[in-house]
Order: sequence, then C-alpha cells, then structure tokens
Amino acid sequence: MNVTIEVNGERRTVDVDPWRRLLDVLREDLRLTGTKEGCGEGECGACTVLLDGAPVNSCLVAAGQCDGRAVVTVEGLARRDGGEVLLHEVQRALVERGGAQCGICTPGIAVCAAYVIDAEPAVAAAGSGAGGDGDARAKVRELLSGNICRCTGYQLIVDAVVEAARARQGGGSR
Amino acid sequence: MVDPQPSGAVGRAVPRVDGVAKVTGAARYLDDLELPGAWHGVTVRSTVAHGVLEAIDLDPAFDWTDVVVVTSADIAAHGGKNVVFLIEEDQPALAPLGGRVMHVDEAVALVAAPTRARALAARRAVRPRIAARTPVLSTDDALRGEVKLYGDDNVFKRFTIRKGHADDAAFERVMASAARVIDATYTTGAQEQMYIETQAMAAWWDGGRCHLVGSMQCPYYVHKAMKALLGCGPDEVIVTQSVTGGGFGGKEEYPSMIAAHAALLARKAGRPVKIVYDRGEDIAATTKRHPAIVRHRLGLDEGGGIVAIDADVVMDGGAYLTLSPVVLSRGVLHAAGPYRCATTRVVGRVVATNHPPHGAFRGFGAPQTTFPYERQIDKAARALGVDPLAFRSRHALRAGDTTATGQELTVSVGTDEVLGAIERVAGAPPARDGRAASGAPVRRGRGVCFYNHGAGFTGSGEQRLAGRAEVALTAAGAIEVRSSSTDIGQGSITMFAQIAADALGVAVADVRVVDPSTDRVPDSGPTVASRTCMVVGGLVERAARAVRARVEAWGAARGTPGTFAALAAACAAAEGEVAERVQYEPPPGIVWDDATYTGSAYPAYGWAACLVDVAIDLDTCEITIERCVQAIDVGKAINPTIVKGQIEGGTLQALGWAVLEHVVYKDGRVANATMTNCIVPTFADAPELETILVEVPFPYGPHGAKGVGEIPMDGPAAAVANAIRDALGVDFDHVPILPEHLAARRDEWTRAIAAAGGAS
Repeated sequence: MNVTIEVNGERRTVDVDPWRRLLDVLREDLRLTGTKEGCGEGECGACTVLLDGAPVNSCLVAAGQCDGRAVVTVEGLARRDGGEVLLHEVQRALVERGGAQCGICTPGIAVCAAYVIDAEPAVAAAGSGAGGDGDARAKVRELLSGNICRCTGYQLIVDAVVEAARARQGGGSR
Repeated sequence: MVDPQPSGAVGRAVPRVDGVAKVTGAARYLDDLELPGAWHGVTVRSTVAHGVLEAIDLDPAFDWTDVVVVTSADIAAHGGKNVVFLIEEDQPALAPLGGRVMHVDEAVALVAAPTRARALAARRAVRPRIAARTPVLSTDDALRGEVKLYGDDNVFKRFTIRKGHADDAAFERVMASAARVIDATYTTGAQEQMYIETQAMAAWWDGGRCHLVGSMQCPYYVHKAMKALLGCGPDEVIVTQSVTGGGFGGKEEYPSMIAAHAALLARKAGRPVKIVYDRGEDIAATTKRHPAIVRHRLGLDEGGGIVAIDADVVMDGGAYLTLSPVVLSRGVLHAAGPYRCATTRVVGRVVATNHPPHGAFRGFGAPQTTFPYERQIDKAARALGVDPLAFRSRHALRAGDTTATGQELTVSVGTDEVLGAIERVAGAPPARDGRAASGAPVRRGRGVCFYNHGAGFTGSGEQRLAGRAEVALTAAGAIEVRSSSTDIGQGSITMFAQIAADALGVAVADVRVVDPSTDRVPDSGPTVASRTCMVVGGLVERAARAVRARVEAWGAARGTPGTFAALAAACAAAEGEVAERVQYEPPPGIVWDDATYTGSAYPAYGWAACLVDVAIDLDTCEITIERCVQAIDVGKAINPTIVKGQIEGGTLQALGWAVLEHVVYKDGRVANATMTNCIVPTFADAPELETILVEVPFPYGPHGAKGVGEIPMDGPAAAVANAIRDALGVDFDHVPILPEHLAARRDEWTRAIAAAGGAS
C-alpha cells in the first residue's frame, strides 16, 4: 500500500505492507536511523517519535495508521539556518547538562522531552518562575517515565529538561 | 591549526565530545551502519538445559536456496578451534555435534539470509535433536556433585584469604573467643545489564582477512578469541568498536560469542553478515550478574571491638567458566569490608550449573559481598545500641591500616571525608509514620553503609596486562589519542581529550580520540574494572607529555624554542608523525602473591558512604526510596559532570537491584525475558539522587584520579536493606527485596512495629 507521511516537514510516500512498523519505515525505508529500537514492545521508549504532535512508540504503530499524518523524529528537532544547525532547547540542554551518556535512549528522550516542555503547563511553568522546580521535576519524571535510560540514573536528564523548559520560556540559561 | 591557548580542561565540566552527535541522532550504532549486500544472521538455540546434541536436521520441505546454515562442523573444516577463548577453552562457539549442550539458549547452529524475516523463517526449519540429561540448577546441587559439569567437583575456582591465623582450627579458636557473633546467610540474585542497545555485530571477509565491527567494551578480547576460533594470525582479524549503547560489563565477554557467529556466517555466505539480537534473546542468552550466597560471621568483643571476620562466598558461575574466577576474586577481596580486623578468613567458590553463563556486571562480584558485610556491620551496631555511622567510623580502615590481604594502605584513603560528608548532609531522619497519597499507612526508615572498591585489575593483573596507549602529532598536524579503551557512554573519549589537551597545552577540541580498532590502536587492556581513567588515562597523560617534550626539544634544537602549540604545525610538516607509545608501570610498593592471596590487591581504592531513606506502604508493601545520598572519593573528578553521571547511573542500578530488578530462572531458562517483565527503574521509580564528589588524590593516577565506574553499584543495596530494617524492625537478608517478600512476613513486622511503639 502507498503510505504518505509528512516526516520532519517533508511529504514522503512509501510503498509498504500496511502492517510494517513505523519504526522500520523510518529506519529502513527512509534511512532515518536516529530513531532506535530498544525492545520492540513499547517498554523502553527509544523509538519515540511524535505522531501528529503527540509522542508514540514507533515500534507499536503500523505504517497503515500513519497515512496522511505528520511524524517528527529526532532528526527533525534541530532547525537549520543556512549551513548552521540550531539545536532544539532540549538537545542543547542535554549536551550541556550531561544528560546523554551512551546516547542510545537519547533520541527518544529528546523527542518526548521536546513535547513535554511545549505541551505540559507544569513543566513549561518552570521557565516563567511560577510553581517550584520540584513540581516541574516531578512532572518531567512522570511524563518521561515511558523512556528508559540505563546510564544516567535520570538526574542529569531531569536537570536538562527543566533547563530546556526555562530556555523555551525565554527565562534564559542559568 | 592547533589552538595556542592552554585549556586547563581537567576538572572542568567540558560537554562530552560526542554529545551533539548523540542528541541529534547522527551517532551511528551498529544497526544504523550501511552494510551493502549484508545478510542477516540469527541463532538457533537449545531449548534444554543439559543434554547431548545428537543431530541437527534441516526440514526438507523448506526452500534452502539463499540461506546459509553453520554448525560446529564448519569451524574445524577451516582449521579453527570451536572455542570462545578468554580464560579457559571450555566454552564452544557452537555446541559440538555429538557433544554436550550445557544451558538453555546455548547456540547450536547459525542461519543467515538476505532478510531478517527470511532468516527467522529458516531458523524455524532447523531442528536440533538434543537428548536431555539431568540438569544442575542450583549451587547446592552443583556442590553435591552428583551430576558432573566441570572437573571432579563442579568448582570452577576457589580462593582462601587468611589474615592473622594459620589454619581453620586457629581461626575458630579466635572466633570462639568473641563475646557475640553475628551470623547470617545472604543471597543476592542475578541481574540483567539491560543496556538499551542490544548485542550487535557485523562481519565480512576480504582477501582472507576477517573484519568485525560491533558493540563492545574490549576489542582485544574479541581479537584474541577470533584468533583461536579462526586459527589465524593477529593481522588476519581486525576488530573495530562501533558507537556502543551501554555495556555495564554485559559487553565485556559476550561480544566474542556474537563475533564468532558473525565471522562464521560471513565466511560461509561470502558476504557481510550482521547479527542484532532482539531484546528477548539478549535477556535470555547473554551474561548476567552472578547470583551469590554468602555466609558471614562477625565476632565482637564486649566493648564492640571486632574480633574476627569470616565470609564464605558461593557464586553460581553458570555453564561455562567465562570470567567467573575473576568475578569471584573481586568478590572475596571485598568480602571482609573496609574494616580493621586482625583475624579474617574469606573462602570463595564459584561453581558450574546449567544456567546460562554469568559474567561481568559493574561491581564484578563486589556488590554480592558488600551487601552481606554492610548488613552485618549494621546488625552489630544495632545489637550494641550505637549509632551506625559512628560504629563504622570506629572500625573503618584509614591510612596506615592493613586490609584482609595484608595490604598496608598508605595514600588516598577517603574514609573520614566520605563519612563526614554523609554526616553533614544527613539531617534529621524522616517522620517514622505517615500516610501515602492513597491514605494508606506508611512507615519510614533510614539506612547507611560504608564501602570501598579496588580500582584496576586485581593483584598483579595490571602488570600482566601491560596496557599501552599512544599519543601522536600526525604528519597532517592533528593530535590523536590511540587506545583500545572504548567509550560505552561513560565519557572516556572526553576524559582522554581533556587529559591530553592539558598535557600538551592545547584545547580539548584539538584532540581527536580515534575509534578503537585493533589495526590502529595498541592494546590498552579491556574497558573494565574501573581502570580506564586511572590506568589508561595515566598512560595518555604520559604519552602526551612525551610528545610535547619531543616537539619542544625539536624547536629548541633548531633555535626556535616555543610551546608545543606554537611548534606543532611546523614540526609535523618537517618531521612527519611524532608519536609516543607508553606502557603501564605499577606504582612503587605494589606486590601481590597469587599463591597465598596476600599483598596489594589493588593499586588504589575508591571510598564511599551512602544514606538511604525508605517509605513502605504498609497496605501494598511497596518500597519507595525517598532519598539516596552517595559520597564517593574518586581521587580527582577529571570531568565533574561526567563523574556525577557515572555515579548516579551506578547508584540507580544498585537501587534497582535492591528493590525491583529480578531475573527469574525456571528450569534453567530465564522466565521473564522481556522488558515488560524483567524491569529496571524508570524516571518515575528513581528518587532525586544526591551525589557528593570527594577528592582525596591518588598520586599515581592522572591528576590524582582513581576509578569510579563500579563503586556506586556496591553499596546502596545494603543501605536500602538497613533502612527497611530500621522501618519495620525485621531483617531482609536477600536481594532483591520485593513487596511480596514484605507481604509474606507481615505478621512478623506488624509485631515488631507494635513492640517498637509504632502507630500502626
């Protein structure tokens, strides 16, 4: 079946079995290998992408479900300004705060965190100074709990996401 | 061009050099690499724990065109040896036809095909015939020896450490003189590394040379194993690490197995073959932390002095020897704990069973023996009615004291610093009784522990390894660090770049740490044992200084003296590559006797103290870690953020091991081989982790640094169990401690809480 997906802002049409996993369409058919497979059963979140703006495990989504919809992968988070790559706030904070170690879970976490700091008021509020850091941190932990990282103990990732929320809100970097 | 500004990078939280590639998805792990024409390899595995492989039948109804099948017969046909060589030659790459199958999920044959789906279909059509034998599925059964798996007694290795006594009778006389003996048996379970990138390897042959690329910690381990398996010389196999998505010990020895499989398939298929395990296969078939049973006796005098320490350690090695002797060694060397005691005995055995082989996992035997001694010390303090931290401080090793192996500690003993750090931040313990959000009654408790961890290889291991590293100013004017140490997420390439940059007086960005490949880097020893920074980092520093000295001498000789940075480009243009390769030299006074197990067990130790507060839901028996503080003496944090991340990652693995990670074996098979059922901590399970970096410099490490990779794994489980004891008044002497274990003893702790005047 022909499936047309807007991937990172670009319309792509692939002729695939409608049951093919979105993960495989991205990695194999479109060669977007930033999205990782960690478990294949929706537990680890390494394959997280945004489907029409909401995070999903791409190992649990069938290609046929994506026709006419929009997908954002880790490759679509950074913006390009001429030759320059402008990292998303979440990506920049993960680098600066040490939130990526082995890096295999990082694309999924970056994608999910990008959603969280935009869509979640309690986290976004960390940037405006309303609500304590504690609330934002607890919310980040809850909303990212579908993404497993085995390297960091999560502490530096939570630091990074709260920092990114602050940067997003124009609160600037500490 | 080399940046002339000295960077002063060491000690700064320089962002990791591979950070941007990792957050953008640009970093290429094995399964991301383009391998034109590559076939997919899969593994046919045993379904029985112990038996004889009588035959392998291929279903005649299946279309075998475009499928390659490899069995043990293919190895000998090319003059190789069916063995994955590491310490002993007991583990085959493929169960031998007509020979023994030793564990469930042991590889018996291999299949490759153009697509993964086709390979999986072919695998279903490969039918091994295995005549089952009685398996050995516990260490008790192994030690009874009715079924022989290894030697005469199923014991892979045993060690005895004696201090202050000649023989067992003399030891028992001292123990009998104790006013009080704390005597208990502790069990700790298998633990899955659960790196998020599963095991993955690719192989291809060109002109008789075998190329292997994959996810691994130790390229030269794979190299050594392939020379034996393929019966080839050192230049006929080239092993290269790809970006590696976590290891934690799980990619120390197992990559040699998957490399063997990929190499054999690629040779027979005549094209590249890649093997990427799915999660279930990875959990079921690859190595895990050794389960252990430790009986520990702590003899005390009337005044609370330690009279004698006795530890008897039994580990389940699984079906093959692999690294078990070394894991046991580290376990017994840590079993007496960092406490002063004149009369100490430690006995250890690691035995063969029909479980899949257990192997390396962060801590490497030490967590299994730290848990017992730190429960014992806590019980002693409680029995004596004294403060648990003060009791530890009273007996803790300090400079001038000797360890169980008779090693006199001279420098870099951070005992007072880490204990003091915990004391300063501890604050009042949390309110004993409270309510959960659900309204359920909650009981809280606090636990502490104190522990150390030897950095580097055990005994004379570092001298035997004789690790080497090289720093070069290339002919093109670039600066390269060449070592076989792998970055598996712990940040070693950033740390090396910082050390080299400072030694050369250049910026971190000017230093390139080359990807480890056995045809480009010397053997620095494996990436294990908390040795990469302390040992290999030290080599990098020495090599960089030597390069700098040569370049600066070149300038001086030409009458143009200057700094390395100023001279580098001209020197490279005139002289070509300037490279210096250095080899490990032990610090003075490091003497070890393998025969008596006495002497300097490790060149240096990290020291740590941990505090944990727990809350237990008395209705559901759920255990919540509300607070966890670790104070760890790392000598010197070359990069404080990276070190903090290392410690926090290890700490959470330890907390997971303590209260939720549970590998379930049933009839020799991992019964919960999925991430759904074999769980590890999530963001929501993890407490806010408090990390205190303590720096008591080790004069023979780079800038004073010692090892940090493993130590955070060792202690927290004991602190958790001590906190649970504090809360409930009942001892739990096993890991993991799960809600069902608490529920099973509800009557006991309900009485204990009531006796303590609890509200419930």
